[in-house]
Amino acid sequence: MNLHAIAAIYLFEMARTGRTLLQSVVSPVLSTALYFVVFGSAIGSRMAEVEGVSYGAFLVPGLIMLSLLTQSISNASFAIYFPKFVGTIFEHLSAPVSGFEITFSYVAAAATKSLILGLIILATSWFFVPVRIDHPGFMVLFLVLTCVTFSLFGFIIGIWADGFEKLQIVPLLVVTPLTFLGGSFYSIDMLPPFWRSVSLLNPVLYLVSGFRWSFYGLADVGVGLSLAMTAAFLLLDIAVVAWIFRTGYRLKK
Amino acid sequence: MSPAISIRDLSKTYESGFQALRSVTLDIAPGEIFALLGSNGAGKTTLIGIACGILNASSGTVAIEGHDTVSDYRAARSRVGLVPQELTTDAFETVWATVSFSRGLFGRPRNPALIERVLRDLSLWDKRDAKILTLSGGMKRRVLIAKALSHEPTILFLDEPTAGVDVELRRDMWRLVRDLRERGVTVVLTTHYIEEAEEMADRVGVIRGGELILVEEKTRLMHRLGGKKLTLQLQEPLREVPAGLASERLSLSADGRELVYSYDAQAERPGITRLLDGLLAAGIGFADLRTEQSTLEDIFVAVVHGDDAR
Repeated sequence: MNLHAIAAIYLFEMARTGRTLLQSVVSPVLSTALYFVVFGSAIGSRMAEVEGVSYGAFLVPGLIMLSLLTQSISNASFAIYFPKFVGTIFEHLSAPVSGFEITFSYVAAAATKSLILGLIILATSWFFVPVRIDHPGFMVLFLVLTCVTFSLFGFIIGIWADGFEKLQIVPLLVVTPLTFLGGSFYSIDMLPPFWRSVSLLNPVLYLVSGFRWSFYGLADVGVGLSLAMTAAFLLLDIAVVAWIFRTGYRLKK
Repeated sequence: MSPAISIRDLSKTYESGFQALRSVTLDIAPGEIFALLGSNGAGKTTLIGIACGILNASSGTVAIEGHDTVSDYRAARSRVGLVPQELTTDAFETVWATVSFSRGLFGRPRNPALIERVLRDLSLWDKRDAKILTLSGGMKRRVLIAKALSHEPTILFLDEPTAGVDVELRRDMWRLVRDLRERGVTVVLTTHYIEEAEEMADRVGVIRGGELILVEEKTRLMHRLGGKKLTLQLQEPLREVPAGLASERLSLSADGRELVYSYDAQAERPGITRLLDGLLAAGIGFADLRTEQSTLEDIFVAVVHGDDAR
């Protein structure tokens, strides 16, 4: 195991975060705060409570998830895409590091950033709405699992992408709609039965549901199912990354 | 001694169908400076790319100090430094950070004293806190060399190290290569500046269309293929080579004003005396004379264009 290499890549990425603090941390926090102001305070005050939880507070887990998913994907995909784009990837490929070590360090760095971001957003939400965390252990578990799983997903997108457009296309056209339709802003119980069934096909629903359960004990689906679905997605990501490094897909000609 | 680099039957066909290497076999000895010559697209960079793990081979193997570059890639790659042809650097990192990063990436513990020495050797010490994007092209090239040397490789690949650099940097580069040789580092460089190979290399390989068509010690190559030419400027133009002197080694220029005599300077009897005596006897006077040694460039051109100089 090349621990020096893992440390080098991880610290390099964290230093990059430090340089781009404004776009990596400040802007997602700002946009989340805007959601709280608009949906939580302005509109939320006219909305009924959801199973005994005020609408503003109900939103918190969904909004954190929304940021975690988009930021994990964009952090990790950009981190690996950029060296490919400028050509500095040659050094990673010529270094005595394994695919696992490269993936681990990039994903760990991206997940760390997302985790910090998630905690900052959680802290921010306290200023706007009354937040309660019933199951802190599960909350952290979901937080970490989501950061890792979606950083890994972003890493895959970054390797697959051969242009800036492809880099953006998955987050914009797939992840954002899935998140909005995955119960970030509502409980699927509010939907007609048909759309409720359709929603069950949305993987993001399981994340949001499990995460919200760790806050208020409210869930659209069982927490066990949520964990299982997240773990399944994580394993799928790992399988794809393993295949990428075995074949050199989009990395080595 | 086992070779520093051992390449066996290495072939590479790109997905486009382009065959960049055809069954190349080559051993490079430890401490040797080996120059790989070839035109653009001949396969030099592909060969280096496979040896360094950036490209997959279609068939064949490369071993670095006995370690296979695929099955034992950690041991192989940790011994190798690569300076790529393109100026691919991070833009926003400082010189110090990027060179330290390379050392870590190659699995070496931090060693600020060593990084300082590398930077000083490359005249980069004053620029250590500068962001790379503020550096000139020549400085970026130095940064890439510093990165490649940061993990103390025993084998260094320099892919077109002096393409587009100024005279000063080129001299520095040559000095650096000689220093590395003294420390026992094996250097493989690709170039199409023949002057460079002539200046630095112990052995020369010529690659054409993916085939290694010639590998030889530089001095022996120049000796074997490099003849000398004696050109005599005549006082009066001649219509033809005088009958008594006619030989396949002597030719007359089109305007009849120059006689050109090709000979082998190493031969026991190059035949110059006989030629001059003959001219004297025939009453042919000459105004001036000059001799030329063929350079590696002439040899290279002859070999690459297929009309073997032998």
